[in-house]
Amino acid sequence: MSDTSLTPGIVAGRLDPKAYTENFSDLHPRLEGHEARVAADRCYFCHDAPCIAACPTEIDIPLFIRQIATGTPEAAAETILSQNILGGMCARVCPTETLCEQACVREAAEGKPVLIGQLQRYATDTLMEAGTHPFTRAAPTGKRIAVVGAGPAGLACAHRLAMKGHDVTMYDGRDKPGGLNEYGIAAYKTVEGFAEREVEWLLKIGGITVETGKRLGRDMTLAEMRGAHDAVFLGIGLGGVNALGLEAEDKDGIANAVDFIAELRQTGDLASLPVGRDVVVIGGGMTAVDAAVQAKLLGALNVSLVYRRGRDRMNASPYEQDLAASKGVRIITNAQPVAIHGNGAVREIEFEYTDNDLTPTGQTFRLAADQVFKAIGQTLEGGDLPDLEGRKIKVSGAGRTSLDGVWAGGDCAVGGDDLTVTAVAQGRDAAEDIHASLMG
Amino acid sequence: MANLETTFVGIKSPNPFWLASAPPTDKEYNVRRAFEAGWGGVVWKTLGEDGPPVVNVNGPRYGAIWGADRRLLGLNNIELITDRPLQTNLDEMTRVKRDYPDRALIASLMVPVNEDSWKAILERVLETGCDGVELNFGCPHGMSERGMGSAVGQVPEYVQQVTEWCKKHSDLPVIVKLTPNIADIRKPAQAAKEGGADAVSLINTINSITSVDLDLFSPEPMIDGQGAHGGYCGPAVKPIALNMVAEIARDPGLRGLPISGIGGVTTWRDAAEFMALGAGNVQVCTAAMTYGFKIVQEMISGLSQYMDEKGFASIDDLVGRAVPNVVNWQDLNLNYVTKARIDQEACIKCGRCYAACEDTSHQAISMSEDRVFEVIDAECVACNLCVNVCPVDSCITMERLAAGEVDPRTGLTVSDSYANWTTHPNNPMKCAAE
Ligand SMILES: Cc1cc2nc3c(=O)[nH]c(=O)nc-3n(C[C@H](O)[C@H](O)[C@H](O)COP(=O)(O)OP(=O)(O)OC[C@H]3O[C@@H](n4cnc5c(N)ncnc54)[C@H](O)[C@@H]3O)c2cc1C
Ligand SMILES: Cc1cc2nc3c(=O)[nH]c(=O)nc-3n(C[C@H](O)[C@H](O)[C@H](O)COP(=O)(O)O)c2cc1C
Ligand code: SF4
Ligand code: SF4
Ligand code: SF4
Repeated sequence: MSDTSLTPGIVAGRLDPKAYTENFSDLHPRLEGHEARVAADRCYFCHDAPCIAACPTEIDIPLFIRQIATGTPEAAAETILSQNILGGMCARVCPTETLCEQACVREAAEGKPVLIGQLQRYATDTLMEAGTHPFTRAAPTGKRIAVVGAGPAGLACAHRLAMKGHDVTMYDGRDKPGGLNEYGIAAYKTVEGFAEREVEWLLKIGGITVETGKRLGRDMTLAEMRGAHDAVFLGIGLGGVNALGLEAEDKDGIANAVDFIAELRQTGDLASLPVGRDVVVIGGGMTAVDAAVQAKLLGALNVSLVYRRGRDRMNASPYEQDLAASKGVRIITNAQPVAIHGNGAVREIEFEYTDNDLTPTGQTFRLAADQVFKAIGQTLEGGDLPDLEGRKIKVSGAGRTSLDGVWAGGDCAVGGDDLTVTAVAQGRDAAEDIHASLMG
Repeated sequence: MANLETTFVGIKSPNPFWLASAPPTDKEYNVRRAFEAGWGGVVWKTLGEDGPPVVNVNGPRYGAIWGADRRLLGLNNIELITDRPLQTNLDEMTRVKRDYPDRALIASLMVPVNEDSWKAILERVLETGCDGVELNFGCPHGMSERGMGSAVGQVPEYVQQVTEWCKKHSDLPVIVKLTPNIADIRKPAQAAKEGGADAVSLINTINSITSVDLDLFSPEPMIDGQGAHGGYCGPAVKPIALNMVAEIARDPGLRGLPISGIGGVTTWRDAAEFMALGAGNVQVCTAAMTYGFKIVQEMISGLSQYMDEKGFASIDDLVGRAVPNVVNWQDLNLNYVTKARIDQEACIKCGRCYAACEDTSHQAISMSEDRVFEVIDAECVACNLCVNVCPVDSCITMERLAAGEVDPRTGLTVSDSYANWTTHPNNPMKCAAE
């Protein structure tokens, strides 16, 4: 095979076929039984444990870890899933370093928290591999509820509603359910089709019909939905992306990071996915890091991630930043794009150094770029929605919107942190509120 | 480096660390390697009568208890005495003693309770050149059903009788190994002393079932779906062994009877504790079986560092040093008043002290919104539970109230005098302080 690592432009097959498998393997391979018991043994079973408070879904962490330690990971999984039905995905994607593990008393004591995320994965994998679904439905209520958006928020809401005995229909504009679990999360965090398997497993509760390819605003209106159902939950995430606001932003080679990632997640053959030689990612969040790292893993020679403010202001956690650095991504901070150069396709992108208040300094530099990914934030899409607050759906209490009988949660609603786990918490809590108000 | 040379009932060894009679001492190959590794002496695996040797089970012989990371905490076995021919053992002992004259070599014996059997085995053993004999009155399984081992050790009269025979038919020092499977360890020790024993060694293993297989409903170790009780040893038995050693060491009628301390000795520190409570040396089995013979090197270096730090010139400076401080409960000073103190700098806010004191003790720890844990002196009875459950070393300490301070729990002023239960007003049987 010819060496294509130096070939300019956006080309496929930059790596030896074996390298793809290695590069996109599990970021944290699952703990083995003994490893899990040793890790579990480190938990102090704290009173009123701080890690529970730090988990957006408030999983009883000391209890599930003790259940692992005593050889009953299935019971541990049930403890986890009863609070967070996507506990399997959260175990893989939660930034635990800023959530439960940051609050763990052993982080304070030794800088080495209990491996809560990895233990959670050990428990949930054990249960899901056994193929059992530990929850059953309550007696049918005859209520029909529409859940729009089959991402983490919608899935958590639908499952909880089905469990309460309601009949749920999930509508999603895409071809597959799962939301960003299926289309957004970095490939090495959820290998071997886990997102799809998890949705299949979740649906085993029964009482949930999934309708894909059905988009609110295109295939149906909110008014119709409300008319045909006793309640509607909106978990539509953030479908749009912010633009840089520069001239020539539509040049060839410039794309949205989320689209690049979605394509990567759906491709059957990573070697067929073209990637630039000199890749520049603009942004400072998890999406930017994921795009940069995966571009590097696909064989891009130079990958730079450029963020307009200082490192401490980056949304990507220090852990994510280190991950990027360890994969060879160069992180440049305090620089914002001012011009795109190139003839037809992008060739270079020009930045100006800024200070933390984004005051331009007048000093500029150019980076060679045959591929540019924009990752400067996602936005809510669609007009036919309840009232907004800022750029998201306004909610009060457990996801109640300005419209009667309409709830919202996850990234599309105010109040979350744009994380899988907060979306799950909001979906679940909205379901409880829907149930209470329908049955009240 | 401190001098670890030990003389126990006249038997010299370069250090006080002996291997107990068990698999590590069952053959020449092992014992040579043990001596090369540095062990001061060995008690050879127990010998039985001449004739066809005993047989062991052909399935597993051990059950176990583990701590974190599968650290072996307790071992249980259903092994019998040596299953090799008597003459083979005797020949090997002779060769080993010839090649290692500076090490202690003790023959452990167990034969039926009649004078001729003991006389016969003693004559054979004498020819090996060994330094002494240990009478195995301890083995709690297999041999006891045949009227030997702990079946003898549990009847003081037998203990005395057999000891007398051994003293009569040999000049060798006689060490009587005691079983802990008895209510009062002083009784067999007394019997051994009266029979003329030069020393006692303790403990042998404790009757035990380590676990039950919850699928097969069989005790472990499982032999074809069934299990028998075995003998428990290893770190888990140390507290029981320490108490038994102390009971003998502080008994007025037994004072001065040399003791070889056995049971859970795993580090130099364990050995030093046994010796402080009166043991003249220690014997080790499980620790060697867990980690191999090399552990003796840590035991030697640790004990000598400790002795140097303490300024102890010889083992004798350590042996028995804690015995006078082992008293009965009624002798404890009730005017020693302490309170738990939490070092807020060290505290990691796990809340375990709170859960323990709040749920199961005296509601003497407060917890604030922001997880600050503080001791309420007016409630603290100084039980020490919080200290024991706190995962951070030295985070909670027990501090003594000075004389003259008022204990907010009782409202009483702390006195610097000594007063115990025997003179306490609440004691119906108090002896008037005259
Ligand atoms: C690249 C990337 C990486 C990320 N990595 C992590 C991570 O590692 N850890 C983490 O915790 N979080 C991560 N996140 C954030 C996380 O994925 C989201 O917070 C989470 O998925 C939000 O869930 P949701 O259900 O609100 O929305 P989504 O997951 O976005 O799901 C919304 C669903 O609604 C559907 N939909 C949208 N509009 C309509 C409509 N009009 N009609 C019908 N259906 C519609 C969509 O097709 C989609 O299936 C990442 C996000 C991105 C973009
Ligand atoms: C497998 C095994 C076999 C033993 N066999 C004997 C024996 O033949 N004679 C004997 O006096 N003690 C025997 N013991 C008891 C040990 O000598 C020792 O008293 C006991 O194990 C406690 O010490 P430890 O905690 O260091 O193991 C045996 C112990 C074990 C584990
Ligand atoms: S804070 Fe850490 S040690 Fe305490 S219960 Fe949670 S995981 Fe366990
Ligand atoms: S010593 Fe006992 S009573 Fe006092 S605070 Fe600790 S646990 Fe509570
Ligand atoms: S047990 Fe120790 S570390 Fe934990 S809260 Fe109490 S004092 Fe602090």
